[in-house]
Amino acid sequence: MLENEFMRLAFGAGAVVGVLAPAVGFFLVQRRQSLTGDGIGHVAFAGVAAGILLDVAPVLTALVFAIVGGMAIELLRARGSTAGDQALALVFYTGIALGVVLISAGGALNVDLFQYLFGSILTVTRSDLVLIAVLGVIGLAVVGLLYRALAGVVLDEEGARVAGVPIGALNVLVAALAAVTVALSMRVVGILLVAALMVLPVTAASRIAWSMRSTFALSMAVGLLSALLGLTISYYADLPPGGTIVLVAAGAFAACATVGSLRGV
Amino acid sequence: MPLAARLEGVSFGYRPGQYVLEDVSLELGEGEFVAVAGPNGGGKTTLVRLVLGLERPSAGQALLYGETAHRFSRRRTLGYLAQRTALGGDAPATVREVVSAGRLAAGSLVGPLRRRDRDLVAEAIERVGLTPWADVPVRTLSGGMQQRVFIAKALAGEPSLLVLDEPTTGVDAESQESLAALLDRLHSELGVTIIYVSHEFGAVEHFVERIVLVRRTIVFDGSPAELPGMWHDPSHVHARE
Repeated sequence: MLENEFMRLAFGAGAVVGVLAPAVGFFLVQRRQSLTGDGIGHVAFAGVAAGILLDVAPVLTALVFAIVGGMAIELLRARGSTAGDQALALVFYTGIALGVVLISAGGALNVDLFQYLFGSILTVTRSDLVLIAVLGVIGLAVVGLLYRALAGVVLDEEGARVAGVPIGALNVLVAALAAVTVALSMRVVGILLVAALMVLPVTAASRIAWSMRSTFALSMAVGLLSALLGLTISYYADLPPGGTIVLVAAGAFAACATVGSLRGV
Repeated sequence: MPLAARLEGVSFGYRPGQYVLEDVSLELGEGEFVAVAGPNGGGKTTLVRLVLGLERPSAGQALLYGETAHRFSRRRTLGYLAQRTALGGDAPATVREVVSAGRLAAGSLVGPLRRRDRDLVAEAIERVGLTPWADVPVRTLSGGMQQRVFIAKALAGEPSLLVLDEPTTGVDAESQESLAALLDRLHSELGVTIIYVSHEFGAVEHFVERIVLVRRTIVFDGSPAELPGMWHDPSHVHARE
């Protein structure tokens, strides 16, 4: 399997995204914003459409759109004028509608949208992998350095606000990290499944973990394992990689939930 | 006595023309242990949110250590246990992890906790008597112990003003007693100013120096000994109006 370069590149991209997606998703799940990744993903779809229309690399336009979408969700939520789920729905539907209109306007409905909707990890090039690795490492470094602050806000946002912790800036940072993660993960599992890799490993890990930090570490381990195992299974069983990776993550959740219930956690 | 907080003719409403609090004036000295009580919906929580600068008065002014409350520059000196504070997130955060979050404002946001911060966290856990449970997930502890965790979190930030809003909601009577005794000990040992908000006094009535009863405005402000008999249940404050 690894004698094929496309598989080596796929494993490289899968490994980075497998670790990054749950590392960022951890904070969304803890804040009960598990579907934020989905909302951003749909805005990223509009970005892909804009890229096709403008003849610019769709991953870059998706990244820009995803960051704008992530900020919009966070700002609408933080201003308190719109409930969190309504803010998400607003951005979610606007994103997908804009994507459909742009794709249609660009006469690009014949473009193989499947690779963006369901991932195309087997077509990852060397330059794609470099971009994914560089942005992935930057994302992980930011999360690592600010882990304590981000976790502290999750634990008691109101107490942190009173004590003068810059809650607004930290929340916007999480939204930006989520946007970068979505844009990078798009090639691996696709827009429709991107949030799964941000959420399922975290919910799996929380069933067997013994502390917040161990939940965080186990989430990344489950994400990495899901990506690598999913790719391997998809290669030998001739299955679509994105869907297989997410199904492995769902299997990991079932296994962890079973172990957790047996231990009485 | 220097003032920790001061409200001058403060009125506040969440909707125009509908005041939750009207013409409230109050001075809280540094080092005082004060209970703020009154019926549900009487404006207690709003009053402390104004004191902490989380809300801005519709009329009058709110001051914290002489500064306008919502622009207060030394927020790291404030500790707040919000009403119905519950542990955020699903992850099984341990006592030490939650209390460590109390060092965020005072210490650095970046990187791991420094040695002094870790020592202060351990000290705060010890003060509330939870050292044997320091590495246990908070969600496995009783309601009373969980409230102690949040008090330790507030203490870890070395606050000069500690505000607790309904800290005994859902906590059994025995835990309420021990929580009140703990606060009394912290007050005398650390000299921290404490504002304790509750719709009922319970055990804390025996420890506070001053009681403020709120029902849209302040209807009583004095020592517990001066409190009229029937008002010992503050949910009945309205009965004397």
